[in-house]
Amino acid sequence: MIKQFFAVVFAGSLIASVHAQEAPDALVQQVTEEVLEIVRKDKDIQGGSTQKVIDLVDKKVLPHFNFPHMTALAMGKDWKKATPPQQQALTHEFKTLLVRTYANALTGYKNQKIVYKPFKMNAGETDVLVRTEVLQPGSKPVQLDYSLEKLDGGWKVYDVVVAGISLVTNYRDQFGQEVRNGGVDGLIASISAKNKSLEANLAKAEKK
Amino acid sequence: MTLKQGAWVMRACSKWLVGGGVLLACAGSVLAEGNPRDPYEGFNRSMFAVNEVVDKYAAKPVAQVYDHVAPLPVKAGFGNFFGNVGDLWIGANSALQGKFADAGVDVGRLLINSTVGIFGLFDVASELGLEKHEEDFGQTMAVWGVGDGGYLFWPVIGPRTARDTAGWAIDSYVDPVWRVRPISTRNSMVALRFVDIRASLLPADKVVEEAALDKYAYIRDAYLQRRRNQIFDGRPPRLED
Repeated sequence: MIKQFFAVVFAGSLIASVHAQEAPDALVQQVTEEVLEIVRKDKDIQGGSTQKVIDLVDKKVLPHFNFPHMTALAMGKDWKKATPPQQQALTHEFKTLLVRTYANALTGYKNQKIVYKPFKMNAGETDVLVRTEVLQPGSKPVQLDYSLEKLDGGWKVYDVVVAGISLVTNYRDQFGQEVRNGGVDGLIASISAKNKSLEANLAKAEKK
Repeated sequence: MTLKQGAWVMRACSKWLVGGGVLLACAGSVLAEGNPRDPYEGFNRSMFAVNEVVDKYAAKPVAQVYDHVAPLPVKAGFGNFFGNVGDLWIGANSALQGKFADAGVDVGRLLINSTVGIFGLFDVASELGLEKHEEDFGQTMAVWGVGDGGYLFWPVIGPRTARDTAGWAIDSYVDPVWRVRPISTRNSMVALRFVDIRASLLPADKVVEEAALDKYAYIRDAYLQRRRNQIFDGRPPRLED
Protein backbone atom coordinates (compact mmCIF):
# COMPACT_ATOMS: atom_id res chain seq x y z
CA MET A 1 0.00 0.00 0.00
CA ILE A 2 2.72 2.39 1.02
CA LYS A 3 4.70 1.38 -2.00
CA GLN A 4 1.79 2.21 -4.27
CA PHE A 5 1.28 5.52 -2.55
CA PHE A 6 4.87 6.51 -3.17
CA ALA A 7 4.66 5.33 -6.75
CA VAL A 8 1.68 7.61 -7.33
CA VAL A 9 3.29 10.59 -5.63
CA PHE A 10 6.48 10.06 -7.54
CA ALA A 11 4.68 9.75 -10.88
CA GLY A 12 2.59 12.81 -10.05
CA SER A 13 5.58 14.96 -9.19
CA LEU A 14 7.38 13.75 -12.28
CA ILE A 15 4.51 14.81 -14.52
CA ALA A 16 4.27 18.16 -12.77
CA SER A 17 7.96 18.88 -13.16
CA VAL A 18 7.99 17.84 -16.81
CA HIS A 19 5.16 20.24 -17.45
CA ALA A 20 6.76 23.14 -15.63
CA GLN A 21 10.03 22.52 -17.36
CA GLU A 22 8.81 22.59 -20.92
CA ALA A 23 12.00 23.51 -22.70
CA PRO A 24 12.23 27.19 -23.71
CA ASP A 25 13.07 26.39 -27.33
CA ALA A 26 10.07 24.06 -27.57
CA LEU A 27 7.88 26.80 -26.12
CA VAL A 28 9.06 29.38 -28.67
CA GLN A 29 8.54 26.95 -31.52
CA GLN A 30 5.10 25.86 -30.35
CA VAL A 31 3.79 29.41 -29.88
CA THR A 32 5.33 30.63 -33.16
CA GLU A 33 3.85 27.80 -35.19
CA GLU A 34 0.46 28.14 -33.55
CA VAL A 35 0.29 31.88 -34.25
CA LEU A 36 1.57 31.63 -37.83
CA GLU A 37 -0.91 28.86 -38.56
CA ILE A 38 -3.73 31.20 -37.54
CA VAL A 39 -2.27 34.12 -39.52
CA ARG A 40 -1.94 31.94 -42.61
CA LYS A 41 -5.60 30.93 -42.47
CA ASP A 42 -7.09 34.29 -41.56
CA LYS A 43 -8.15 36.42 -44.54
CA ASP A 44 -8.77 39.53 -42.40
CA ILE A 45 -5.25 39.44 -41.01
CA GLN A 46 -3.75 39.00 -44.45
CA GLY A 47 -5.85 41.93 -45.58
CA GLY A 48 -4.10 44.03 -42.94
CA SER A 49 -6.54 44.04 -40.04
CA THR A 50 -4.31 45.18 -37.22
CA GLN A 51 -7.08 44.89 -34.63
CA LYS A 52 -7.51 41.19 -35.32
CA VAL A 53 -3.79 40.53 -34.98
CA ILE A 54 -3.71 42.46 -31.72
CA ASP A 55 -6.47 40.21 -30.38
CA LEU A 56 -4.53 37.16 -31.51
CA VAL A 57 -1.30 38.36 -29.92
CA ASP A 58 -3.19 39.20 -26.71
CA LYS A 59 -4.55 35.70 -26.46
CA LYS A 60 -1.69 33.53 -27.67
CA VAL A 61 1.56 35.43 -27.23
CA LEU A 62 1.22 37.75 -24.24
CA PRO A 63 0.83 35.05 -21.58
CA HIS A 64 4.39 34.03 -22.38
CA PHE A 65 5.91 37.48 -21.93
CA ASN A 66 7.16 39.13 -18.76
CA PHE A 67 6.24 42.78 -19.33
CA PRO A 68 7.38 44.22 -16.00
CA HIS A 69 10.86 42.87 -16.70
CA MET A 70 10.78 44.20 -20.29
CA THR A 71 9.77 47.64 -19.07
CA ALA A 72 12.50 47.64 -16.43
CA LEU A 73 15.01 46.65 -19.11
CA ALA A 74 13.83 49.42 -21.42
CA MET A 75 14.18 52.01 -18.66
CA GLY A 76 17.53 50.96 -17.28
CA LYS A 77 18.48 52.83 -14.13
CA ASP A 78 15.40 55.09 -14.36
CA TRP A 79 13.18 52.12 -13.43
CA LYS A 80 14.17 52.44 -9.78
CA LYS A 81 13.12 56.11 -9.78
CA ALA A 82 9.52 55.09 -10.48
CA THR A 83 7.08 54.33 -7.65
CA PRO A 84 5.19 50.99 -7.81
CA PRO A 85 2.03 52.64 -9.25
CA GLN A 86 4.20 54.45 -11.82
CA GLN A 87 5.89 51.16 -12.69
CA GLN A 88 2.48 49.62 -13.21
CA ALA A 89 1.38 52.45 -15.48
CA LEU A 90 4.64 52.28 -17.44
CA THR A 91 4.32 48.53 -17.89
CA HIS A 92 0.76 48.91 -19.13
CA GLU A 93 1.62 51.63 -21.66
CA PHE A 94 4.80 49.97 -22.88
CA LYS A 95 2.98 46.67 -23.33
CA THR A 96 0.34 48.37 -25.49
CA LEU A 97 3.05 49.97 -27.64
CA LEU A 98 5.06 46.76 -28.06
CA VAL A 99 2.03 44.65 -28.89
CA ARG A 100 1.24 46.99 -31.74
CA THR A 101 4.77 46.81 -33.11
CA TYR A 102 4.72 43.04 -32.91
CA ALA A 103 1.24 42.85 -34.44
CA ASN A 104 2.35 45.05 -37.32
CA ALA A 105 5.21 42.74 -38.10
CA LEU A 106 2.73 39.88 -38.26
CA THR A 107 0.38 41.56 -40.76
CA GLY A 108 3.41 41.78 -43.05
CA TYR A 109 3.80 38.01 -42.78
CA LYS A 110 3.49 36.35 -46.17
CA ASN A 111 5.73 33.57 -47.41
CA GLN A 112 8.32 33.64 -44.67
CA LYS A 113 9.59 30.48 -43.06
CA ILE A 114 10.98 30.23 -39.56
CA VAL A 115 14.10 28.18 -38.94
CA TYR A 116 14.82 27.17 -35.34
CA LYS A 117 18.53 27.18 -34.60
CA PRO A 118 20.05 24.31 -32.60
CA PHE A 119 19.53 24.96 -28.90
CA LYS A 120 21.66 23.81 -26.00
CA MET A 121 20.98 24.45 -22.37
CA ASN A 122 22.92 23.49 -19.28
CA ALA A 123 21.00 21.88 -16.42
CA GLY A 124 19.72 24.47 -13.98
CA GLU A 125 20.01 27.44 -16.32
CA THR A 126 17.33 30.06 -15.77
CA ASP A 127 18.20 32.62 -18.46
CA VAL A 128 18.57 31.52 -22.08
CA LEU A 129 18.61 32.79 -25.65
CA VAL A 130 16.52 30.94 -28.23
CA ARG A 131 17.69 31.73 -31.75
CA THR A 132 15.57 31.59 -34.86
CA GLU A 133 15.84 32.90 -38.38
CA VAL A 134 13.19 34.25 -40.74
CA LEU A 135 13.69 33.16 -44.33
CA GLN A 136 11.99 35.05 -47.12
CA PRO A 137 12.32 34.51 -50.83
CA GLY A 138 14.55 37.07 -52.52
CA SER A 139 16.01 38.63 -49.38
CA LYS A 140 18.57 37.91 -46.74
CA PRO A 141 17.56 35.80 -43.74
CA VAL A 142 16.69 37.86 -40.68
CA GLN A 143 17.93 36.85 -37.26
CA LEU A 144 15.13 36.69 -34.66
CA ASP A 145 16.15 35.84 -31.11
CA TYR A 146 14.20 35.56 -27.86
CA SER A 147 15.62 35.95 -24.36
CA LEU A 148 13.73 33.85 -21.84
CA GLU A 149 13.93 33.51 -18.09
CA LYS A 150 12.57 30.80 -15.87
CA LEU A 151 9.95 31.93 -13.38
CA ASP A 152 7.57 29.98 -11.15
CA GLY A 153 4.96 30.00 -13.89
CA GLY A 154 7.36 28.60 -16.50
CA TRP A 155 9.59 30.25 -19.09
CA LYS A 156 8.81 33.85 -20.01
CA VAL A 157 10.19 35.99 -22.82
CA TYR A 158 11.75 39.26 -21.65
CA ASP A 159 13.46 40.44 -24.83
CA VAL A 160 12.96 40.08 -28.58
CA VAL A 161 15.94 40.81 -30.81
CA VAL A 162 15.41 41.37 -34.55
CA ALA A 163 18.54 41.45 -36.72
CA GLY A 164 20.55 42.26 -33.61
CA ILE A 165 18.20 45.06 -32.56
CA SER A 166 16.53 44.57 -29.20
CA LEU A 167 12.97 45.86 -29.46
CA VAL A 168 13.21 46.55 -25.73
CA THR A 169 16.57 48.23 -25.10
CA ASN A 170 16.17 50.25 -28.28
CA TYR A 171 13.89 52.46 -26.18
CA ARG A 172 16.42 53.16 -23.46
CA ASP A 173 17.76 56.49 -24.76
CA GLN A 174 14.31 57.71 -25.79
CA PHE A 175 12.88 56.86 -22.37
CA GLY A 176 15.87 58.40 -20.62
CA GLN A 177 15.36 61.61 -22.60
CA GLU A 178 11.67 61.78 -21.62
CA VAL A 179 12.50 61.17 -17.97
CA ARG A 180 15.12 63.95 -18.04
CA ASN A 181 12.64 66.33 -19.65
CA GLY A 182 9.46 65.57 -17.73
CA GLY A 183 10.20 63.02 -15.03
CA VAL A 184 8.68 59.55 -14.88
CA ASP A 185 5.18 61.00 -15.23
CA GLY A 186 6.31 62.81 -18.37
CA LEU A 187 7.43 59.50 -19.83
CA ILE A 188 4.13 57.82 -18.94
CA ALA A 189 2.28 60.69 -20.61
CA SER A 190 4.42 60.46 -23.77
CA ILE A 191 3.92 56.72 -24.27
CA SER A 192 0.24 57.10 -23.48
CA ALA A 193 -0.11 59.92 -26.05
CA LYS A 194 1.70 57.79 -28.63
CA ASN A 195 -0.66 54.88 -27.96
CA LYS A 196 -3.71 57.13 -28.24
CA SER A 197 -2.60 58.53 -31.60
CA LEU A 198 -1.98 55.01 -32.90
CA GLU A 199 -5.41 53.99 -31.61
CA ALA A 200 -6.99 56.90 -33.49
CA ASN A 201 -5.16 55.98 -36.72
CA LEU A 202 -6.29 52.41 -36.33
CA ALA A 203 -9.93 53.42 -35.88
CA LYS A 204 -9.68 55.54 -39.02
CA ALA A 205 -8.11 52.70 -41.00
CA GLU A 206 -10.71 50.15 -39.88
CA LYS A 207 -13.56 52.42 -40.96
CA LYS A 208 -12.29 52.67 -44.53
CA MET B 1 34.53 61.69 -26.45
CA THR B 2 38.24 61.17 -26.32
CA LEU B 3 40.74 63.24 -28.19
CA LYS B 4 41.73 60.25 -30.27
CA GLN B 5 38.17 59.75 -31.41
CA GLY B 6 37.85 63.41 -32.18
CA ALA B 7 40.98 63.33 -34.28
CA TRP B 8 39.63 60.31 -36.04
CA VAL B 9 36.34 62.03 -36.80
CA MET B 10 38.12 65.08 -38.13
CA ARG B 11 40.32 62.89 -40.25
CA ALA B 12 37.32 61.01 -41.57
CA CYS B 13 35.51 64.25 -42.26
CA SER B 14 38.35 65.90 -44.06
CA LYS B 15 39.46 62.85 -45.95
CA TRP B 16 36.25 61.43 -47.23
CA LEU B 17 33.71 64.17 -47.09
CA VAL B 18 35.46 67.10 -48.58
CA GLY B 19 33.25 70.13 -48.38
CA GLY B 20 33.58 73.17 -46.19
CA GLY B 21 30.02 73.05 -44.90
CA VAL B 22 30.29 69.50 -43.68
CA LEU B 23 33.59 70.21 -42.00
CA LEU B 24 32.20 73.26 -40.31
CA ALA B 25 29.20 71.34 -39.09
CA CYS B 26 31.43 68.58 -37.74
CA ALA B 27 33.59 71.07 -35.92
CA GLY B 28 30.70 73.17 -34.67
CA SER B 29 28.67 70.37 -33.20
CA VAL B 30 31.57 69.07 -31.16
CA LEU B 31 30.51 71.74 -28.70
CA ALA B 32 26.97 70.42 -28.37
CA GLU B 33 26.25 68.54 -25.16
CA GLY B 34 24.13 65.47 -24.65
CA ASN B 35 24.27 61.82 -25.57
CA PRO B 36 27.90 60.60 -25.50
CA ARG B 37 27.18 58.18 -28.33
CA ASP B 38 25.81 61.00 -30.48
CA PRO B 39 28.19 63.94 -30.11
CA TYR B 40 27.02 65.63 -33.33
CA GLU B 41 23.32 65.35 -32.57
CA GLY B 42 22.50 68.87 -33.71
CA PHE B 43 24.12 68.38 -37.11
CA ASN B 44 22.67 64.88 -37.39
CA ARG B 45 19.14 65.93 -36.63
CA SER B 46 19.20 68.58 -39.35
CA MET B 47 20.63 66.09 -41.85
CA PHE B 48 17.96 63.62 -40.76
CA ALA B 49 15.28 66.21 -41.46
CA VAL B 50 16.73 66.83 -44.94
CA ASN B 51 16.82 63.11 -45.59
CA GLU B 52 13.21 62.66 -44.49
CA VAL B 53 12.16 65.12 -47.18
CA VAL B 54 14.33 63.53 -49.87
CA ASP B 55 13.00 60.13 -48.91
CA LYS B 56 9.38 61.19 -48.80
CA TYR B 57 9.35 62.87 -52.21
CA ALA B 58 11.97 60.90 -54.16
CA ALA B 59 13.45 57.69 -52.81
CA LYS B 60 10.41 56.15 -51.18
CA PRO B 61 7.89 56.73 -54.02
CA VAL B 62 10.34 55.26 -56.56
CA ALA B 63 11.00 52.28 -54.30
CA GLN B 64 7.26 51.77 -53.85
CA VAL B 65 6.66 51.77 -57.60
CA TYR B 66 9.54 49.33 -58.09
CA ASP B 67 8.22 47.10 -55.31
CA HIS B 68 4.74 47.19 -56.81
CA VAL B 69 5.63 46.73 -60.47
CA ALA B 70 8.53 44.30 -60.41
CA PRO B 71 7.49 40.67 -59.92
CA LEU B 72 9.16 38.77 -57.08
CA PRO B 73 11.54 36.73 -59.30
CA VAL B 74 12.83 39.95 -60.91
CA LYS B 75 13.40 41.61 -57.53
CA ALA B 76 15.07 38.46 -56.23
CA GLY B 77 17.24 38.36 -59.37
CA PHE B 78 18.46 41.94 -58.93
CA GLY B 79 19.01 41.40 -55.22
CA ASN B 80 21.01 38.25 -55.92
CA PHE B 81 22.99 39.91 -58.70
CA PHE B 82 24.19 42.80 -56.55
CA GLY B 83 24.73 40.42 -53.66
CA ASN B 84 26.98 38.29 -55.86
CA VAL B 85 28.97 41.30 -57.04
CA GLY B 86 29.65 42.09 -53.39
CA ASP B 87 30.80 38.61 -52.37
CA LEU B 88 34.44 39.08 -53.45
CA TRP B 89 34.90 42.14 -51.22
CA ILE B 90 33.02 40.35 -48.45
CA GLY B 91 35.51 37.50 -48.82
CA ALA B 92 38.42 39.94 -48.67
CA ASN B 93 37.02 41.41 -45.46
CA SER B 94 36.46 37.97 -43.93
CA ALA B 95 40.13 37.24 -44.66
CA LEU B 96 41.26 40.62 -43.28
CA GLN B 97 39.44 39.74 -40.07
CA GLY B 98 41.23 36.38 -39.92
CA LYS B 99 38.12 34.36 -40.76
CA PHE B 100 39.69 32.29 -43.52
CA ALA B 101 37.05 29.55 -43.57
CA ASP B 102 34.40 32.24 -44.10
CA ALA B 103 36.52 33.82 -46.82
CA GLY B 104 36.66 30.47 -48.58
CA VAL B 105 32.88 30.21 -48.43
CA ASP B 106 32.54 33.76 -49.82
CA VAL B 107 34.81 33.04 -52.78
CA GLY B 108 33.10 29.68 -53.32
CA ARG B 109 29.77 31.48 -53.42
CA LEU B 110 31.08 33.92 -56.01
CA LEU B 111 32.38 31.12 -58.23
CA ILE B 112 29.22 29.03 -58.01
CA ASN B 113 26.75 31.88 -58.37
CA SER B 114 28.64 33.55 -61.25
CA THR B 115 28.55 30.30 -63.25
CA VAL B 116 25.78 27.92 -62.24
CA GLY B 117 23.79 30.87 -60.91
CA ILE B 118 23.96 32.63 -64.31
CA PHE B 119 25.93 35.84 -63.56
CA GLY B 120 24.66 35.81 -60.00
CA LEU B 121 20.97 36.10 -60.84
CA PHE B 122 20.28 32.94 -58.83
CA ASP B 123 21.72 32.32 -55.40
CA VAL B 124 22.48 28.64 -55.94
CA ALA B 125 25.23 28.71 -53.33
CA SER B 126 22.81 29.44 -50.48
CA GLU B 127 20.71 26.46 -51.54
CA LEU B 128 23.87 24.36 -51.40
CA GLY B 129 24.35 25.50 -47.83
CA LEU B 130 27.06 28.12 -48.42
CA GLU B 131 25.72 30.83 -46.15
CA LYS B 132 26.05 34.47 -47.22
CA HIS B 133 28.02 36.65 -44.81
CA GLU B 134 27.68 40.31 -44.08
CA GLU B 135 31.07 41.99 -44.03
CA ASP B 136 32.41 45.39 -44.98
CA PHE B 137 35.50 47.44 -44.28
CA GLY B 138 33.90 49.28 -41.37
CA GLN B 139 33.48 45.95 -39.59
CA THR B 140 37.04 44.97 -40.46
CA MET B 141 38.36 48.18 -38.89
CA ALA B 142 36.20 47.50 -35.82
CA VAL B 143 37.73 44.04 -35.50
CA TRP B 144 41.16 45.68 -35.79
CA GLY B 145 40.25 47.83 -32.81
CA VAL B 146 39.13 51.11 -34.37
CA GLY B 147 36.37 52.66 -32.22
CA ASP B 148 33.02 53.93 -33.50
CA GLY B 149 34.15 57.56 -33.44
CA GLY B 150 30.71 59.11 -32.99
CA TYR B 151 27.46 58.66 -34.82
CA LEU B 152 26.72 60.57 -38.02
CA PHE B 153 23.62 60.83 -40.16
CA TRP B 154 24.20 61.56 -43.84
CA PRO B 155 21.53 62.46 -46.37
CA VAL B 156 20.91 59.63 -48.89
CA ILE B 157 23.64 57.41 -47.38
CA GLY B 158 21.87 57.32 -44.02
CA PRO B 159 23.33 56.48 -40.62
CA ARG B 160 27.06 55.70 -40.27
CA THR B 161 29.48 56.04 -37.41
CA ALA B 162 32.62 58.02 -38.23
CA ARG B 163 34.54 54.76 -38.61
CA ASP B 164 31.84 53.28 -40.83
CA THR B 165 31.73 56.43 -42.95
CA ALA B 166 35.40 55.90 -43.75
CA GLY B 167 34.68 52.19 -44.23
CA TRP B 168 31.85 53.04 -46.58
CA ALA B 169 34.15 55.29 -48.63
CA ILE B 170 36.61 52.41 -49.06
CA ASP B 171 33.81 49.94 -49.81
CA SER B 172 32.59 52.28 -52.53
CA TYR B 173 36.10 52.77 -53.88
CA VAL B 174 36.61 49.04 -54.48
CA ASP B 175 32.97 48.45 -55.47
CA PRO B 176 32.96 46.93 -59.00
CA VAL B 177 29.63 48.54 -59.81
CA TRP B 178 31.24 52.00 -59.57
CA ARG B 179 33.85 50.82 -62.14
CA VAL B 180 31.32 49.89 -64.78
CA ARG B 181 31.66 51.85 -68.02
CA PRO B 182 30.10 53.62 -69.86
CA ILE B 183 29.15 56.04 -67.11
CA SER B 184 25.47 55.95 -68.07
CA THR B 185 25.33 52.19 -67.46
CA ARG B 186 27.17 52.63 -64.20
CA ASN B 187 24.72 55.28 -63.07
CA SER B 188 21.74 53.09 -63.94
CA MET B 189 23.20 50.21 -61.99
CA VAL B 190 24.01 52.35 -58.95
CA ALA B 191 20.48 53.78 -59.05
CA LEU B 192 18.87 50.37 -59.44
CA ARG B 193 20.82 49.00 -56.52
CA PHE B 194 19.81 51.98 -54.39
CA VAL B 195 16.14 51.47 -55.26
CA ASP B 196 16.42 47.75 -54.58
CA ILE B 197 17.87 48.39 -51.12
CA ARG B 198 15.31 51.08 -50.33
CA ALA B 199 12.48 48.79 -51.42
CA SER B 200 13.73 46.06 -49.12
CA LEU B 201 13.38 48.50 -46.21
CA LEU B 202 9.75 49.41 -46.98
CA PRO B 203 8.19 46.91 -44.54
CA ALA B 204 10.30 48.36 -41.72
CA ASP B 205 8.99 51.91 -42.35
CA LYS B 206 5.60 51.37 -40.76
CA VAL B 207 7.09 49.59 -37.75
CA VAL B 208 9.55 52.42 -37.05
CA GLU B 209 6.86 55.04 -37.64
CA GLU B 210 4.55 53.41 -35.08
CA ALA B 211 7.07 52.13 -32.57
CA ALA B 212 9.23 55.21 -32.11
CA LEU B 213 8.65 57.99 -29.62
CA ASP B 214 11.43 59.85 -31.41
CA LYS B 215 12.07 58.49 -34.89
CA TYR B 216 15.56 59.97 -35.10
CA ALA B 217 16.67 58.34 -31.83
CA TYR B 218 14.94 55.06 -32.65
CA ILE B 219 16.80 54.75 -35.96
CA ARG B 220 20.10 55.81 -34.39
CA ASP B 221 19.90 53.24 -31.61
CA ALA B 222 18.70 50.51 -33.94
CA TYR B 223 21.62 51.25 -36.29
CA LEU B 224 24.16 51.15 -33.47
CA GLN B 225 22.75 47.88 -32.11
CA ARG B 226 22.68 46.34 -35.57
CA ARG B 227 26.29 47.33 -36.32
CA ARG B 228 27.43 45.86 -33.03
CA ASN B 229 25.63 42.66 -33.93
CA GLN B 230 27.29 42.57 -37.37
CA ILE B 231 30.74 43.23 -35.96
CA PHE B 232 30.33 40.25 -33.64
CA ASP B 233 28.80 38.13 -36.42
CA GLY B 234 25.41 37.81 -34.78
CA ARG B 235 26.68 36.90 -31.31
CA PRO B 236 27.54 40.11 -29.48
CA PRO B 237 28.51 39.79 -25.83
CA ARG B 238 25.82 40.92 -23.44
CA LEU B 239 25.83 44.52 -22.28
CA GLU B 240 25.36 45.40 -18.64
CA ASP B 241 21.73 46.19 -17.82
